[in-house]
Amino acid sequence: MSILTLKVNGRSHQVDVDPSTPLLYVLSDDLELRGPKFGCGLGQCGACTVVVNGQATRSCVTPVSAVGQNEITTLEGLGTADSPHPLQQAFIDEQAAQCGFCLSGVVLTAKTFLDRNPRATDAQIQQALSGVLCRCFANVRMLKAIRRYANGRTA
Amino acid sequence: MTPHLAPDARRALGRAGFSRRSFLKGSGALVVAFSSAGLVDGLTGVFAQGFNGTGSSQLDAWIAIGRDGMVTAYTGKCDFGQGLYTAQMQLVAEEVCVSLNRVRLIQCDTSMTPDQGTTSGQQSHPTNFNHSNLALAGATARQALIRLASDKLGAPASDLVARDGVVALKANASRSISYGELIGGQRFDLQLDQAATRKHPREWTVLGTPVPRVDMREMVSGRFEFVHNVRVPGMLHGRVVRPPEIGATVASVDEASIRDLPGVVKVVVKGNFVGVVAQKPWQATQAAERLKVNWNRGTGLSPQADLYAWLRRQPARDTLLVDSGDVDAKLAAGSTVLRSTYNHPYQMHASMGSSCAVADVQSDKATIWSATQSAYPTRNTSAMLLGLKPESVRVVYVRGAGCYGINGADTVSYDAALLSQSVGRPVRVQLSRKDEMAWENYGNAFAIDQRVALDANGNIAVWDYEAWSAARGGRPGYNTPGNVVTGFLVGSNPAPFAPRTPAPAPATPLDNGSNTAPSYIAGRVRDSANGAGVIRSERVLSHRVLSPFFTGPLRAPERLQNTFAHECFMDEVAWHVKADPVEYRLKHLNHARLSAAVRAAAKAANWNPRLSLRASRVRTGKVTGRGIACVCYEGDNGYVAMVADVSVDQDTGQVQVTRLVVAQDSGPISNPDGMRNQIEGGALQGMSRALGEEVTWDDQKITSVDWRSYHSLSMGFAPPAIEIVLLNQTDVEACGSGETSITVVAPAIGNAIFDATGVRLRQVPFSPERVRAALRNNSE
Repeated sequence: MSILTLKVNGRSHQVDVDPSTPLLYVLSDDLELRGPKFGCGLGQCGACTVVVNGQATRSCVTPVSAVGQNEITTLEGLGTADSPHPLQQAFIDEQAAQCGFCLSGVVLTAKTFLDRNPRATDAQIQQALSGVLCRCFANVRMLKAIRRYANGRTA
Repeated sequence: MTPHLAPDARRALGRAGFSRRSFLKGSGALVVAFSSAGLVDGLTGVFAQGFNGTGSSQLDAWIAIGRDGMVTAYTGKCDFGQGLYTAQMQLVAEEVCVSLNRVRLIQCDTSMTPDQGTTSGQQSHPTNFNHSNLALAGATARQALIRLASDKLGAPASDLVARDGVVALKANASRSISYGELIGGQRFDLQLDQAATRKHPREWTVLGTPVPRVDMREMVSGRFEFVHNVRVPGMLHGRVVRPPEIGATVASVDEASIRDLPGVVKVVVKGNFVGVVAQKPWQATQAAERLKVNWNRGTGLSPQADLYAWLRRQPARDTLLVDSGDVDAKLAAGSTVLRSTYNHPYQMHASMGSSCAVADVQSDKATIWSATQSAYPTRNTSAMLLGLKPESVRVVYVRGAGCYGINGADTVSYDAALLSQSVGRPVRVQLSRKDEMAWENYGNAFAIDQRVALDANGNIAVWDYEAWSAARGGRPGYNTPGNVVTGFLVGSNPAPFAPRTPAPAPATPLDNGSNTAPSYIAGRVRDSANGAGVIRSERVLSHRVLSPFFTGPLRAPERLQNTFAHECFMDEVAWHVKADPVEYRLKHLNHARLSAAVRAAAKAANWNPRLSLRASRVRTGKVTGRGIACVCYEGDNGYVAMVADVSVDQDTGQVQVTRLVVAQDSGPISNPDGMRNQIEGGALQGMSRALGEEVTWDDQKITSVDWRSYHSLSMGFAPPAIEIVLLNQTDVEACGSGETSITVVAPAIGNAIFDATGVRLRQVPFSPERVRAALRNNSE
């Protein structure tokens, strides 16, 4: 075990953990965050996605020790229920979810991609999401929400 | 602030202990401001809930009104992401005549809510939204409030109206009395009144409108509490170690193999159930991976390539649903007999989140936080495994990842309970991806033979269905924990399998709950004719065999497999007689609502008769086609037709679905946007199942154990345009709408592929390899 300092959603946290622990476990167990979720533990589905220094990162396969002093943003760090980020607001407007378990993967992957590619086409957005799963298949609404947000930020 | 039962409120609920009485005492702000101690004491008896899924006949079991006028409703039907929570709030607001933000809804907690069995099979809408259960409770409450107001205001009930939490004189709205003043904090002490009048859909102001999901903001902002987020003081973390092969048994467990790992609390072995408990989840994960278990070899599996032939060789339990008695003679005499065989693989629920539960088992009682669809059944079966009385176990439903049927939620609830009991502390268990996928209750594999004989006019005179399907275990119900893997591993048996040949003659009217019968037969049994069609020479014979794998309801269970075979075959027959598939279907239907759905889908899709389009065919490159399929879901629980447009790359075998048009009649629509969301999701999930999903195995074990080996479509594909026609029928009973669209996707796509290529695919999934092979065979 060792004491690590993590910067999560704008706050510093000290945690006493085995450095090999996947970041996801620290976020969801030690810090009790609800955004990132354990879907597969294999980096295959996206449910555990967080943003590390602007990059969508699979926290289930990222050892906590590899994060260092980098800023981590989870789904709850993007916005709140009362004051959602515009991308989250677009999901609310489109009612773009069913069970909602996949949202960290869909929202944060789309957000980081659009940050770098603000004028992305639908096909490019789909390509960017090709490693993300939604088993309820709310795809149509989710893609609409992402498009709504993308149009709004470039308008 | 959303009215959704917030995590903190749920914590308060957890702290409050077992009985609804103490819950009410401990969280007055959450439910009802019951302040009179005497009244609270008097509540316990009243709220005795019905058992075995029958709900309760007591109004107070469903609805309570606080002094502040807040309406608290209790439901035994839960939301797994399909939007039922919001829709039920609408229902209560509508019937009790309050605004949505005056409604609180408590779902599936065995200490408080009615026992409504399992939430499944798109049955929750008909169960709670027609003239029974929650809807009837709402109507009974409204009527009772008006009666009470009649006494207080000294006016006849007929002069009064309930509106926005008050009862007022119709002629003078200023003379009114609030619900809180009428009954706040007191019991109704009434039975549900079968004569209570539901509001007609024409009068609805809350139901029937696209109310946004009350949980959406919390979900999208990462605040929503899933069962995976439940944290209990003193909680430890467990992992299970499942057998490496089907049928493998424990020879020995070397506990010393993980002695050097930090944080390990206990290794638990019960029969063939093996688990570890540790201080932290990562420690539990590592301990489960490192624990050395010596397993006796498994029982071996028949090759996957032989599955559909294997099914036909097994001892079977035979069931005849319909038999007109003349089928063999007519087939023998028929000048034109057509036959085809359809195969459908095992598929899995494959939830996004591997299943999770938290249990706190003490010496004489237990609480289990579970994403089960079956709160009361899980309570009873957990009690069996724990050696406790059912009433000493409380199951609190907390949502998991979308389940689409019986995923690992029930089995992991047992896992957590068993591990918690062994260590005497609360334990959280989340399955690994592999444990989820290798051991869940799969959707059944089917081999289906279809035969028809045609009359002189090219119409179908005889329909003969014969199917072989595999099943083992299933939902545990109230007393069969061995129907899922954990119960089985600790020594409970699955429901027994009893071969039976031949099948007895059908004795009861056709119940087409599994869509075993095609829509086109009359379904005559004795004096009844419950089919949706006109064909009067008819036989529906099923052979159920014992599966090597656990099986259980997977969204549109059996209905989907059967409908694939029925609707593709109908298309084959139409093509054979050179009839348009839409017209040919309509000709064989005797069901106004299904016919209306077929016509609506065809119209919205701008359907054009297909025959002329099949004239010339190119054998390379991309070709396009269009297909239709329809079904009376479960016979009488939703009516849907779908038109699919596809593009088939004949060189790669890749099928792209470009457009899906769906027309659906589910009776009066509670929430049109929620219904659309279900239709869209069902359509795309059906596409994924039709194009890629298949459980795989080798000679000993399941090999589709992650997202590389089980092929669900990701977010990366270009979704088809989905156009939906909602057929809102307000003078009929409400049906379900969660499983209708998914049921017709595979045949609509298969028929479109045929339309595009002239090649008939009779086995799901339509993978590129399978499409390529079929095209190759066809051109030879």
